[in-house]
Amino acid sequence: MWTLRDKYAIAGTGYTDYSKNSGTTVLNLAAEACLNAIDDAGLAPEDVDGLVSFQFNDSVPAMSVAGAMGIEAAQYALDIAGGGNAANLVVLNAIAAIEAGLAKNVLCFRAMNGRSGLRLGGGRDMHAHGITQFTAPFGWITYPQAMAMWCRRHMIKYGTTSEQLGILAVTFRGNAALNPRAMQRQPITMDDYMSARPIVDPFRMLDICLESDGACAVLVTSAERAQDMRHAPVYVMSGANGGGANQGDDLFDCLRWEDHSENYSAYIAHDLWGGAGIGPEDIDVAEIYDCFTYSVVAQLEGLGFCKPGEGPNFVQGGRIARDGALPLNTHGGLLSEAYIHGLNHVVEAVDQLRGDAGPRQVPGAEIALTTAGAMTVGSALVLRN
Amino acid sequence: MYNKPVPVPDADTEPFWSACRDGRLSVQCCSGCGAKRLPPERYCPKCHCAESEWQDVSGKGTVYSWIVVRHPVPGDVYGCEVPYVVALVELAEGVRMASNIIDCDPDAVTADMAVEAVFDAVTETVTLPKFRPV
Repeated sequence: MWTLRDKYAIAGTGYTDYSKNSGTTVLNLAAEACLNAIDDAGLAPEDVDGLVSFQFNDSVPAMSVAGAMGIEAAQYALDIAGGGNAANLVVLNAIAAIEAGLAKNVLCFRAMNGRSGLRLGGGRDMHAHGITQFTAPFGWITYPQAMAMWCRRHMIKYGTTSEQLGILAVTFRGNAALNPRAMQRQPITMDDYMSARPIVDPFRMLDICLESDGACAVLVTSAERAQDMRHAPVYVMSGANGGGANQGDDLFDCLRWEDHSENYSAYIAHDLWGGAGIGPEDIDVAEIYDCFTYSVVAQLEGLGFCKPGEGPNFVQGGRIARDGALPLNTHGGLLSEAYIHGLNHVVEAVDQLRGDAGPRQVPGAEIALTTAGAMTVGSALVLRN
Repeated sequence: MYNKPVPVPDADTEPFWSACRDGRLSVQCCSGCGAKRLPPERYCPKCHCAESEWQDVSGKGTVYSWIVVRHPVPGDVYGCEVPYVVALVELAEGVRMASNIIDCDPDAVTADMAVEAVFDAVTETVTLPKFRPV
């Protein structure tokens, strides 16, 4: 369990434009987001000595970004092979490196031309080797197809309906309308959701996240050093990473998972809340990994905001609106802000805890949750101002 | 010309695909604890034993979960296939596998629907196990 409560902080955030076609290289996107995060913290590139990123062979090595920014001595450069599950794990790795004395100020970034370049939503390679021998030959290839299988199991077990999922898509789009970073700002109605094109039952187009070009970054440092930087620190109360038994060979692989109506979150909740010394009832705003609408439901249940099976009802009745008891995905999430693979959720949490979120600000937000992942493995952070 | 992904067998999985070519559905059975498993792997996840044998199973099962693919990806490969059903089938012997439900209206698939294995020789060397309603 986490033992470093409030000892580390996020001192800077940075991002590029989020678009369908960046017109530039992934390396340039990464460097731009990282330089913006450095500047936001009031530092200079030479103050940074560590970089951590995650990718699916669709990005650039952390070391190359250090070079692109002219960082003279990057003592720590780590590339995690992972997807959304790693979007909070990068922060935990940055902290681990600093705690071990391997670096002082560490940038965590995710950069991709996810729409104009290598599209994760476009399907994996068509070879069926390793674990994909048992998936791809049956036309089970894309991430929407993967996650739809989990969602259906929740529907079978608990009677979850499309209308219940729709409230997530509609609410997040409403938040995105107030977010200048967001790629999709046109509000939608439940009718829009229900009449959206079926992609893979039970998912419609509006259940599925965007594909984006862009990058974002957060600068992690010790709480002590953060005191002297430009903004008030956002402290890391707790963090956790992991999943249950039989996590599989890669993110797609759920063939050995026991109960597809629950995901990784059920297995990290104990350590996440224990490390923070608080519980779900203390969260003021939550940025939950939403590669698909349904993924949010499974995480709310797994992290104890409600009991298994109660998630679809939990999100109704305005509870997740900006003025509700648990405002969710105030930036619009992966569904409507952009798909920067979940690290953009951390950027938004920092905005909220600084009181810098403008018209989408949750008044008085003091403690935020971010999560990353939707299937067998994932990570999460509890942050406070 | 068959243009969809075909399995590339490896040391652990060859017996599975070989059995399919013979019209048999076969699962790994741990020599240490007796647990059956799919997909094939060297070590038993329950007892870590490296020894196993292959056991033919009935091919009977039920639908644990399923999806209906409506938007084909890649479009040039699956455009003429949609809508099609991918399911996690729970075999009577207690292990699950992904496959297609065929000979069935995609909208008629239901949870716990009883299915049985059929064998689709998609190329001269590759036979895929699929399932149809009983």
